[in-house]
This record gives sequence, C-alpha cells and structure tokens, in this order.
Amino acid sequence: MGASTKRAVSGGLSEAQGVSEDSLRLYRTMLLIRHFEESVRRLAAAGETPGLVHLCSGQEATNVGVVLALAEGDYIASHHRGHGHCIAKGTPIDLLLAEILGKAPGICGGRSGSMHVVDLPRRNLGTNGIVGGGIPLAAGAALAARARGTGEVAVCFFGDGALNQGLLHECMNMAAIWSLPVIFVCENNGYGEFTAMEDVTAGPSINARGEVFGIPSVTVDGMNVRAVRAATLDALARARAGQGPSFLVCNTWRYGGHHAGDKQDYKDDEETKRWQALDPLITFAKTLVAEKRATEDELALIEEEVARQVKEAVAFARAAPQPALETLELHVHG
Amino acid sequence: MAEMITFREGVLEALFEEMRADPSVILMGEDVGAAGGVFQQTKGLFEEFGARRIIDTPISESGAFGMAIGAAMAGMRPVFEVMFGDFMTLCMDQLVNQAAKVRYMSNGAATVPLVLRTTMGVGAGLGPQHSQGFHAWAAHVPGLKIVVPSDAADARVLMKAAIRDDDPVLFFEDRLLYAAKAQARDADESLPLGRGRILRAGRDVTLIAIGRMVGVARAAAEELAREGIEAEIVDPRSLVPLDEALLLDSVKRTHRALVMDAAPLRYGVTGEVAAVLSEKAFDWLDAPVGRLGAVDTPVPISRSLESFVCPTPARVAAAVRKMM
Repeated sequence: MGASTKRAVSGGLSEAQGVSEDSLRLYRTMLLIRHFEESVRRLAAAGETPGLVHLCSGQEATNVGVVLALAEGDYIASHHRGHGHCIAKGTPIDLLLAEILGKAPGICGGRSGSMHVVDLPRRNLGTNGIVGGGIPLAAGAALAARARGTGEVAVCFFGDGALNQGLLHECMNMAAIWSLPVIFVCENNGYGEFTAMEDVTAGPSINARGEVFGIPSVTVDGMNVRAVRAATLDALARARAGQGPSFLVCNTWRYGGHHAGDKQDYKDDEETKRWQALDPLITFAKTLVAEKRATEDELALIEEEVARQVKEAVAFARAAPQPALETLELHVHG
Repeated sequence: MAEMITFREGVLEALFEEMRADPSVILMGEDVGAAGGVFQQTKGLFEEFGARRIIDTPISESGAFGMAIGAAMAGMRPVFEVMFGDFMTLCMDQLVNQAAKVRYMSNGAATVPLVLRTTMGVGAGLGPQHSQGFHAWAAHVPGLKIVVPSDAADARVLMKAAIRDDDPVLFFEDRLLYAAKAQARDADESLPLGRGRILRAGRDVTLIAIGRMVGVARAAAEELAREGIEAEIVDPRSLVPLDEALLLDSVKRTHRALVMDAAPLRYGVTGEVAAVLSEKAFDWLDAPVGRLGAVDTPVPISRSLESFVCPTPARVAAAVRKMM
C-alpha cells in the first residue's frame, strides 16, 4: 500500500451541502497548532517536558478539517499525537501547554501530560497513550448517543500504526452491525514509530480495512483542509441520518518524526521534500490569497497574532507552579 | 417476611430495578439479550428493555468493553458482562489503562460509572480457562473497585450499589452460589460499597471470608463450636474499598485471624488483608494471622484433583486449631 496523496475527495463539497466554511478560522486554527507544536518541540529540546511528546506538525489539515466540521456536542477521541485535536476542539492553549509541562493549572492538573489529556466538558474523550486506545471510547460514546437518541456523533482519530490493532477491527465490526454514529479517521502519516506503514500492513489498501465491514471508506488528501472537511461533512451527514459509520483515510505527514527529538534516519530526504511541498498551511494560504479571501498582509497579521498567543501560553505554562503534593492521591476514586 | 431468592435472582432483580429507575443503565455482553444469558442470569431483561438497552455483543471482549467505557464517559451507566472471569484477560488493557485511570487523568472531571460483572468458581469441573477469579489481580490496580458478594441478598443490594457508584466496579459472582437462596432484604435498600458485615459472632478467632468462602467458614465455625472454639465470621463484601475498621475491630476482640480466598494464595487477597491486620492490630494478636487460599496451580478438570484446590471446612478448622 502506498502513502500517496490520492485526491479521491475534492474540496468545495461543504458549500454544495449548504454548510458555510469560515476559511480564515480553518487557517488560523491550523496555524495555531503549528506554532504551538513548534513551541513544544523547543521546550522538549530544552528538557522542560516530562515524558515523551509526539508532535503533529504537518498533520494540521486532518486535525482541523475534521474537528471544525463537528458540532459542539460531538465527541472526539484522540491519540498520542493529539495536541492538534485538543486545540481544534477548544481546549485553551495555555491550559494545554501547562498540562504538557505537568503544571498545576494544566487542564488535568498536571497529572496527564501530553498523552492523556481528557477534556470532557469539550467532549474530548482524551489523547491516549495506548495505540488504538481511543477507538472504543469514541465508538462507545456513539453507542451512548444512539441509546439516548440525542444525535451526537463521535470521531476517533488513530494513526496507521493502529491499523494492526485488533481493537480497531472489533470496533469497526460493532459500529457497522449497530449502525453507530461514529467516524473512524486514520491519520496515515506513513510510519508507525520508526517502521514504514507498508512494511507491516497487509491487504490491497487501507480503505479495504473498513470496506470489509461494509463501512463507506474514502481516501482523503490529508494535507488539504477543505478535502478533509468535505469528507467529514459527508460522513457526519450519514451518521446523523442513522446510516452508520464511515472511514476516512487521510494521508498526511509528520514533520517531527515519532517523538520530539526523533532524528528520523529512517526517512529519505526526497520523500520529506515531496511532502513539505504539500504543507497544509502554505498551500491553503496560497488558495486563500488566490480566492481573494485574504491578502498576504492579512495572513501575516493572523500569524503575528497566533505567535503572540502561543508566546503568552509558553510564558504562562513555564511560570506555572508544580501541582501541590496534597493533590497526588486525589481523584483515584470518587 | 421477605421472600427467599436465589443469588442469580438477586442480581437480576437489581438489574430490573436499576434499569427501571434510571434510563442511562444499559447492559452489554455475550448472549445477554433474547437468549437471557448462558446461566439464565439476564432472563426477561431484553423483553422489557429492548435491544437499545440490552445489547448483545459479538465475542469481542476488548472492543466491546472499551465501548462500555466510552459510553460511561458519555453519560451512560453500562453493566458489562464477561461470561467467565477468565475472559477478563481480554479486557485488561481497557480496564487497566483506560477505565481505571480516567477519573485521575481528568483531574476528577470525568468518571467511568460502569460495572464489569463476571463469574468465577472452582468446583464445577470447568477446568483451567473457565474457573479463575481475578479479583486480587484487579484489586491491585488503583482506580478500580472490587465487590465479591457472598449470598443472594447481598448480591442484590451490592449490585444496586455498584450500578449507582460513579467509578468502575468489578462484580465477581461465584457460579456455585447461583442457586443458593437467602432472604431478600427491603426492596429499596442499598448500601455504599466498603461496608463489611459480621455474619457470626464469636470470641476466639475471626474468619475473614469473601464470596463462596463464607459458606466454608460457616461450616468450619460449626465444627469448631463443637470443640468449644467460637469463631467470628466477617465478610468484607468489597475488597476495594476495604472495611478495615470492621476487620480490625473484630480482630482486636478475638486476637486471632484467618483470612480465606478461593483464588491462588500467592500474592493474593489473603496476603493483603493479613498485612493490614499485622500492621494495624499487631499488639492485639495472639498468633500470626493465618491464610488459606487455592493452591498455586491452574485449576485442573479432574473432579478429584479439583476438589483439593480450594480451602475446605476441614482445612479451615485445622488451621484454626493450630492457632489456638
């Protein structure tokens, strides 16, 4: 199976479906994620982040294209490369960064860090340290929505590494037999840890993993925020109409390797250059200018504003205190 | 006078009552729907509550249990049935890495109000992969609560308490108790988890027993009484939270304790309880705290071999005599 960027789904569907797109919001959110992640990378290099952090620079279009298409009440479950999902779902970046640094005002009180951010008030079932761990959580939230008849949809994000977890296949099967309102989103960045997806993944295509359960499965250009958004809106429409799950395979790229500090000796430079030419921010900025939705100067102003926000978040998180010792044993049980 | 109910009926009544009272309670598991459960333990629920609340899952313990966790995080109160406790191993990642940690990881903002209900029991000739009780294993994981009822009346009220609890609760049912009867208590009675009870008063030794071992302790106590040794029987009912105060109070009066469990002895429940008593009641003890558990082997299928696996009344009585 190749990790090529097939453009099976074109952009612009959103407008056709009567859902207005706030292009600048898409752009701003992607930019916020990129600046945030680059700051985390610097903090990690300086030894300020406890544990491992996994950055999603390069994958902003899949994060934002999916999450900004959702309603506030819809659920997401994320994975270990999940800062972008949290930001897109609305977790304030200062509280998120404080959490990543394990500080008291962190969104989880400094006990969860990068890989275990749970923000249930924003319907985020959490980033997850177990590969594929978020998949049943999202499917279960969809089961709850179905049982209640309240109409929410749940999205589970996972990487190509999770394609080979049995959990995914169990949950796809159950989502299909029960027509659950869940969207399976594979962010295929070509590598599971340091191993190329092709080397460990059998079968004719990634889509086939969903098709075998009768789940509508599409390959999406994961570097194109509009393509991701359009595919998500299709899947949401199906889910809300009671037509069950969908599977989106978003081909994308992780700039920073597996974890912050990964030297990425396993990638070849040509491959990296090819993907960098598809950078979701650069290409979308060009589109916005070409469509006269913004001038280059206006986009530069947005970037200035975003950079300032992230700088403030970094200052806040670095200055924040460690959690008090008295909190260690809180919230094990109710 | 309240009616006599079986253990199986006790749990089932609790499910009916809690499901009628709270629409967020759902039941998930293999064959729990129209089939009524492989042990007839869910009979009638499907007819009353329908397929949206009584959910027959495929044989996918890991994924289905993970979905129960997600449903719990999204506002439901699932009761998830694992047909044989042995199959809990297939749920362990979900149980340990997700369910147990959500409250802690979310700093208290998210909870997982679910019950994992499962069966166990040595003595039915079911062999190495259909007899195990993993209550001690689960009790080692911070964030989980562990309930092991010993009779029908307790099974009913403890299941109600487990469903109402906001944390993940593991509810271990010994299949060999399923047909045993007890007098039901008032319909609306429930109790918080972590409250044990004294089942027999005695001055000479405290027998601490859970689940089916309570019956073994009773038989041993009768035998010992004929010899003039009066045993007190304490059933903690839940291992997490553990009613330490009740156990310590009893031991401080009797000055001797024997802890019993039907699961393997090594690194098990008995060791933990014995350590608590030794640390907190040392000055009151007239003998080292005794322990009896299952032999540290897989459970053999042979009836004659299997009958030697768990503590028996004779072995309990013999252990007590040695302590006197």
